[in-house]
Amino acid sequence: MAFYVVQFLTGLASAASLFLVASGLSIIFGVTRIVNFAHGAFYMIGAYIAFTLTERFSGAFGFWGGVVMAALAVALIGVLVEMVLLRRIYHAPELFQLLGTFGLTLMVEDLVVLIWGPDDLVGRRAPGFKGAVDFFGQNIPSYDLFLIVLGPVVLGILWLLFQRTRWGVLVRAATQDRDMVAALGVNQKWLFTSVFAVGVFLAALGGALQIPRDAVHHAMDLRIIVEVFVVVVIGGLGSIVGAFVAAVLVSELNAFGILIFPKISIILVFLVMAAVLIVRPWGLFGKPEAAARKTPGLSVNPWRPLTSNERLASLAALVIAALLPLFAGNYALTVGSEIAIFVIFAVSLHFLMSVGGLASFGHAAYFGLGAYGVAFLAKMAGLPMIVCLLLGPLLGCMGAAVFGFFAVQLSGVYFAMLTLAFAQIVWSIAFQWVSVTGGDNGILGVWPASWAASPSHFYWLALGVAALVTIALRIAVFSPFGYALRATRDSLLRSEAVGINAKRIQWTAFVIAGTTAGIGGALFAYLKGSVFPDNLGISLSVDALVMVLLGGVETVSGGVIGAIVYKALNIWLVSQTDLSKLVLGGFIVLIVVVFPKGIVGMLEMLAQRRRKSPPPGSSLLAKPIESAE
Amino acid sequence: MKLTVQDLNSHYGPAHILFDIGFEVGEGEVVALLGRNGAGKSTTFRSIVGLVAQRTGRIVFEGKNVSAKPTHEIVREGLGYVPEERRIFTDLTVEENLEVGRQPKRPNAPHWDREKLFALFPNLGEMKNRPGGRMSGGEQQMLTIARTLMGNPSLVLLDEPSEGLSPKIVEQMVDAILTMKKEGVSIVVSEQNLHFARLISDRAYIIERGRICFGGTMAELDARPDIRDAHLSL
Repeated sequence: MAFYVVQFLTGLASAASLFLVASGLSIIFGVTRIVNFAHGAFYMIGAYIAFTLTERFSGAFGFWGGVVMAALAVALIGVLVEMVLLRRIYHAPELFQLLGTFGLTLMVEDLVVLIWGPDDLVGRRAPGFKGAVDFFGQNIPSYDLFLIVLGPVVLGILWLLFQRTRWGVLVRAATQDRDMVAALGVNQKWLFTSVFAVGVFLAALGGALQIPRDAVHHAMDLRIIVEVFVVVVIGGLGSIVGAFVAAVLVSELNAFGILIFPKISIILVFLVMAAVLIVRPWGLFGKPEAAARKTPGLSVNPWRPLTSNERLASLAALVIAALLPLFAGNYALTVGSEIAIFVIFAVSLHFLMSVGGLASFGHAAYFGLGAYGVAFLAKMAGLPMIVCLLLGPLLGCMGAAVFGFFAVQLSGVYFAMLTLAFAQIVWSIAFQWVSVTGGDNGILGVWPASWAASPSHFYWLALGVAALVTIALRIAVFSPFGYALRATRDSLLRSEAVGINAKRIQWTAFVIAGTTAGIGGALFAYLKGSVFPDNLGISLSVDALVMVLLGGVETVSGGVIGAIVYKALNIWLVSQTDLSKLVLGGFIVLIVVVFPKGIVGMLEMLAQRRRKSPPPGSSLLAKPIESAE
Repeated sequence: MKLTVQDLNSHYGPAHILFDIGFEVGEGEVVALLGRNGAGKSTTFRSIVGLVAQRTGRIVFEGKNVSAKPTHEIVREGLGYVPEERRIFTDLTVEENLEVGRQPKRPNAPHWDREKLFALFPNLGEMKNRPGGRMSGGEQQMLTIARTLMGNPSLVLLDEPSEGLSPKIVEQMVDAILTMKKEGVSIVVSEQNLHFARLISDRAYIIERGRICFGGTMAELDARPDIRDAHLSL
């Protein structure tokens, strides 16, 4: 019995840090609508700086002062980030900020290694909380007890801040209607900056307080960011109380899951999140999201099919790509095949995001399912390659059909989180069902048939499939189905009012995107000759998102360019520099600031400007007056 | 002049909405902006306070050209805006809604505080702690005006204050607007309801398809039934 109580208390202690970080993320999202991917990075920097300060200054003041100073220093960094980066992109398409903060995260991961080295750092114990308390023969670290008390105290302080101060009232008002707050004379810029600073402060404090419990290392950002997203979504975005309850829930699930359901402990929280979202789509304490006020003039460039000249140009580009084996070596061809496969993956997600308006954070699940489908068919049933390539993606299709059915009941960030949860569930099945999937060792020896074995043949195969998939999805965009899907994206209510079965259309789109991703995964299995759980992991899902956003989410086929640029740059950087994340992250941040419409979006804008110069009414538009922010 | 708008043009994306809008408001005057649904009344107001990103023209408020300023700075000059959709913060109580609107005193404008506003709108005083989302349409309309008055504006843009309200509430609204005028607040009120406009306004402009097509006193408007029928009748 005492053992379980101790386990429970350990869970509560872990909840404190989780709550601090999650509440910060929740506040920032509520007001600025930015899904701050860099929140985990701020948490990590908080831990590193706190480590340095507490090592430098000794004594109780040194420790506690160091922790607070670290959080303040990181909050200052947050203010800089907000002013220099985020302020420029508040009006960019939704999720574009996610790309910017993702770039920051990449940079930070390399920077901390550069500054603090790659080794785990074990921090000082907290003065006054070094011992343990005996509880019926079980030991509880007294620092854990301190954290257990700290959580509710911070909750109380935040509650007072939001309910009893003018700043809190303004923040809550801005959470609901930012423009109206500006129309009442409040300077949103500073309100946003201050909110961001408070959110980052909480994240960094959460990190700093972890040093007596855990070693500081350079991967702690990704480990916490996923858990924090889960907490925020279960609790309800924008709800501080919800974040607290969900942090406790998740921490206790982690603490007891390992005892009661050791087989599924990794995915237990994701199962719970999926269940919560299906029953209460806005989380336990959240409110239905008010339809975001779309900025008029943002998506006004109507899409059109390619002109015949553009078709010729695309064809020419394809022919040139097909000529690559004439002068490139085997390594380049393998890289080319990989890029072509990622084009397939990116256009499938691009279809879901741009045409369907559904941003999936777990698209790699269907890519990986396609790969596993091929591996099962080839290794277990011993089927020939052609059959495997045709049937393997069906596993992705089936996965998308099941998960998509639930996912399309939600929208926005909640849709994104549910898809993430599903992807995690699939990942952990692949990881833990060792007898079937091989677990971490994967399935090896999935080699292509002799006709496709040479690098040039495989390259042509991948290139051909990529071209076909891209063309097929383009045709879908301009088909009646594509019009209906775009209608559900632009206004769910109005599309239903004209008789479109919106959920079914979105579900269909989800299945199409999942199957297409599965095709990419099937090819990928043959390219690598093996399949691993990483093929459906979070980082691959994030890669897909980055490729789509980089190409331009408001374009018809931006995913193609995004995939080529991102993947080529990624592979090249890894081979050129040890600081590939730093360079890649910096490149992404630069793209976000300089080309907020993505690469293709920017090219289209340039082309348009050239096509109708001088544009009618250009004198009127010459000096547009920016609205607030 | 309190407010002068010249050559105001506004766009939503490629759509040109307002064409060379111009009008003036004198010190302490109540001016009506009349027009049908979709004529451009709300866009005119939104453009003046900078909520429409693509606009050009001159907006001179109390002798200062404010057209290049961001929304919150225009409002802080003393130019209050009451939106048509009311846009009450539904999660916030009545008192908290008023707090969001609060700005420092202004030497050239009447000062408003909670007590004075609860006297102006007695209904609000009885529900200080009620969330905005649980108020009737009429109560929300009172709150949105009171919230803007907390900023101590010297001029208020009132977008269709009578829309969707019961006749009894409309009467209260007329009284409230006349009280604001007596206190010295200049007012531009957009309306479809000529009867309501006549009760409160000194002068009127008619807007149709994004253009001003008439400007004059209420008496002058009454003398031109042709204009009235062409642009305002249902």
